[in-house]
Amino acid sequence: MSSMAISNQTIESFKKMFSEGKRFDGRSLTDSRELKIEYNVSNKAEGSARVKLGKTEVVAGIKLQVGAPYPDSPNKGNLMVSGDLLPIASPRVEMGPPQFTAIEIPRLVDRAIRESSMIHLDKLVITPGEKVWTVIIDIYPINDDGNLIDAATIAATAALHNAKLPALDENGKIDYHAPSTGKLPLREGIAPITVSFFKLGNSIIIDPTREEEEACDVRVSWGVSIWNGKHVINSCQKSGAEIFSASELEHMMKILPNKFNELSEKLKSYL
Amino acid sequence: MIQRNSGRKADELRPMSAKVGVVPNADGSAMFSFGDTVAIAAVYGPRQLHPQHMQDPSTGILRVNYDLLSFSVYDRKKPGPSRRSQEISKVTQWALEPVLDLKEFPNTVIDVQIYILQADAGTRTAGINAASLALAHAGIPMKNLVCSVALGKLDQDIVADLDKSEEDFEGGEGPTDFPIAKIGTGNDFSLLQLDGKIQPERVKEIISLADVTCKQIYEVQKKALKEAFQ
Repeated sequence: MSSMAISNQTIESFKKMFSEGKRFDGRSLTDSRELKIEYNVSNKAEGSARVKLGKTEVVAGIKLQVGAPYPDSPNKGNLMVSGDLLPIASPRVEMGPPQFTAIEIPRLVDRAIRESSMIHLDKLVITPGEKVWTVIIDIYPINDDGNLIDAATIAATAALHNAKLPALDENGKIDYHAPSTGKLPLREGIAPITVSFFKLGNSIIIDPTREEEEACDVRVSWGVSIWNGKHVINSCQKSGAEIFSASELEHMMKILPNKFNELSEKLKSYL
Repeated sequence: MIQRNSGRKADELRPMSAKVGVVPNADGSAMFSFGDTVAIAAVYGPRQLHPQHMQDPSTGILRVNYDLLSFSVYDRKKPGPSRRSQEISKVTQWALEPVLDLKEFPNTVIDVQIYILQADAGTRTAGINAASLALAHAGIPMKNLVCSVALGKLDQDIVADLDKSEEDFEGGEGPTDFPIAKIGTGNDFSLLQLDGKIQPERVKEIISLADVTCKQIYEVQKKALKEAFQ
């Protein structure tokens, strides 16, 4: 039964409850669920993290490869974010060609991480113009109880903080048995987080469960970090066939810095 | 204020042009350009949706395909869909859907095809403007036109309609690309995307710039439609 589409009646009850500022689990519309982070999901990865946001669980792993730089950035390492929505995570996911969400999550995480300048890509050069490190972040939801994108960004940020550079042998190949040569070079104090707002009727909520998320009409995700001591938005995407009004945007901009600070504090206690 | 390569003022759009009826076979079609960025769009439908199991008796569906033609950029773009083009197709669909009443056309599909002939940044927004015109040209009932533009920030300055050289700007806080779409000249946003670095408190400047620029785009679209039906 869990794979059935959400009923109109459920949507109507959510709409009524949200308009009264209430949720089934007792949270306010802008409360997040409990955030927990663990490391070392795989000792074969250069870094990895498991993030739980309530019952939503996402794992992220970092792999590093030696490769050629992109022609337009010969003296910078590369960043790639990929991942998939696996059928393990939800009765909604089926085997087969990737659903759009499976493409969207890595692209949103990529923009949030890349534009925050968190990774010192210019310190990932092995031979200038020839050989650089490619940082690959792979993200897999293990249990989808809503708000995958926010959990995925935290998982990526945490895994990057946990990542170490592998040693190279005399031929320039990675030697996994030699001790690491240090941590992945990251900029001090930058730990991007995504805050997504979901709208149903006229109500806007944060961190929905899967059922709440399915009831909502539209989402907008904001990737936020700190740059020169100030909050900056690094990425944004509206998903869904509904609109956000100018006043709703202004409302979100007021909540965003505080929400970032709250999540950031929790995240930093694990870094 | 940063000196823009083109000599434009911060809130100045590139010269726009629009033409309706550029693909005779289509039910509706249009071209829209911002400076050197040129997009064409064609609409086929509403028509019966195949495969049949995708048909929805409660509503019609909008299907959007956006892509760059291979020669529209300096380094030839490999033909066929990419993750980027799939994402842009999807956000374009979401940008257009709020003005359509698809429930009026159960079991059908409206196909929107958008191709970029020449790219100099702002391709998705030119594509949305062209698609909005093509839907109107096809006679599909619409609540309003959709007006789209890439706003942004160069270092500290809020600017409109970044070209490629501005998207690649290095220095200060770098470039921020903030493409938006609005429903006509109202206050509702149907496309919001961003990458770069912008302070949350500066988003209201983007909102007012969207207001000014979308009005100009709306006028260009309206003129193109009137010319087609004269």
